[in-house]
Amino acid sequence: MTIHILHSGLLTTLQDLGRVGYQKQGIIVSGAMDVYSLRLANLLVGNDEGEAALEVTLMGPKLKFDDDTLLAVTGGNLSPTIDGRILPMGRPVYVKAGSIIKFGACQSGCRAYLAVAGGYDVPKVMGSKSTYLRAGLGGFHGRSLQKGDVLSVQAPQETSLRMIQHFVKQHSAVSFVSTDWCAGRGQTAISSGRAIRITRGRQFDLFTEASKNALLTDSFRVTPQSDRMGYRLSGAVLKLAHQVEMISEGITLGAIQVPPDGQPIILLADRQTAGGYPKIAQVIAVDVAVIAQSKPGSLLSFQEVSVAEAERLYLAKEKAFAQLKAAVSLKLQS
Amino acid sequence: MIQLIPCGESAVIVEFGTGIHPEIHYKVMAFTEVLDTEPFLGMIEYMPAYASVTVFYDPVKVKNSQQESGRDQRKLSCEIVCSLLEKILGKLDDSALKSPRVVEIPVCYGGEFGPDLEYVAEHNHLTVDEVIQIHVSNQCLVYMIGFAPGFPYLGGMSERIATPRRITPRPAIPAGSVGIAGLQTGVYPITTPGGWQLIGRTPLTLFRPYNDSPSLLQAGDLIQFRPISAQKFEEYKEKSQ
Repeated sequence: MTIHILHSGLLTTLQDLGRVGYQKQGIIVSGAMDVYSLRLANLLVGNDEGEAALEVTLMGPKLKFDDDTLLAVTGGNLSPTIDGRILPMGRPVYVKAGSIIKFGACQSGCRAYLAVAGGYDVPKVMGSKSTYLRAGLGGFHGRSLQKGDVLSVQAPQETSLRMIQHFVKQHSAVSFVSTDWCAGRGQTAISSGRAIRITRGRQFDLFTEASKNALLTDSFRVTPQSDRMGYRLSGAVLKLAHQVEMISEGITLGAIQVPPDGQPIILLADRQTAGGYPKIAQVIAVDVAVIAQSKPGSLLSFQEVSVAEAERLYLAKEKAFAQLKAAVSLKLQS
Repeated sequence: MIQLIPCGESAVIVEFGTGIHPEIHYKVMAFTEVLDTEPFLGMIEYMPAYASVTVFYDPVKVKNSQQESGRDQRKLSCEIVCSLLEKILGKLDDSALKSPRVVEIPVCYGGEFGPDLEYVAEHNHLTVDEVIQIHVSNQCLVYMIGFAPGFPYLGGMSERIATPRRITPRPAIPAGSVGIAGLQTGVYPITTPGGWQLIGRTPLTLFRPYNDSPSLLQAGDLIQFRPISAQKFEEYKEKSQ
């Protein structure tokens, strides 16, 4: 089973849930920017939720499928089509050999996930298929996909095979078949203008009162310099009350650090393992995906919550996801 | 005073002090040794730094482990993790630390491998040979690994060869380059841009992604630099290929 890359798109990489356990050796976690969309895409094709999928950014690629393939696209709506017809998102789609999948205008969000039944056949490096661009590791030869690349697909698991059998029966003259239901509308992290929830950062108290207020009352624009490592924001200048000598320490996903120019940076999937800038806040885990789906140019505002509330939201999200998983699996069996 | 500070809902930072001192580092090492041998249920990984350890955990697994053991279920996973970490801290014994590993790093100083060696000598009113002599005289302690895969944050370089960073950073510093920046010295494991004064290069590979332990150096190691000739450098390189 193979897929040909006819156009690379802006940045198309393989990502899973990240490279875990190597931060003490200086190796970044990487992984999908919007983990919920990645997990959902995998569930919809009968994969383990942590399998690698293609992370497609803003301007998507054009792909040709050499074989009949079961796939799913989730996350930001980058207008995917199959041979010119709209590819329905958030559901299993069975495409015929020779189909061409193309992404178009970015309608909502900015990152889509394309999972295929069986998963992409690339070797795991340090336990993960995620692409670590700067070190040239993992994913497809350690880099983003380019025109002319050929991706291989692994053999589908039992669950996927059952779905495929189901689809094959309906598959006749049409170029693709999909289910009449879709999943995860409520799960998608497309920003609705709601404030991003944060907890206080480790150095919150070191900032001036005006800066702490500005963080919670002003809006900040996502600049074009934003990438998988971090989202650079522009807005009110955040300042420390006194100059402090910081020493490097571990960095968490979603930490908001403030370099000397006073413009905050939200650290994301490709964040460095350690850093020495003061951290004013920490984006709660369930809202990191909302950041990941925010386009450059969009405005973000922040709302403070307690660590207890952040944890409650995390547990609630996982519970909802477990329910979604059960529902999808029921649907797939019926 | 050791402090436990939650970073959001899935990490706690354990702060052992505020400076770069071997005594604080020994506490960090003793603590991570316990995390290695007795990780708590739900722990994902940890990141040791100069004076702190960031412990990452899965709130769902931590919470479930509490349910299974029949303990108070109203407790936040963050509180559970903090109390587990406090227990470890309560019986921390840094006198029982393993003796550090000494890693010898051969370096070919000067020439094309160390284009800034002469500047470092001039800046410190020393001869080139004196700079090399001083650089290899102290063992350096690896406080932490970070910034790039396998990049060591070292302490213990002599003040006599401290040199400020270059005014204009180089766009690409070759892997293996040994540099000085202020009081710091270190080795670049992969090619990156950087502003350090380059005094030499090692033929060793510091980042080995397909090795069980991808980073040659680990926090807690002692580094002994050793001067080698350009000829030896090439021999090492050939051997490692």
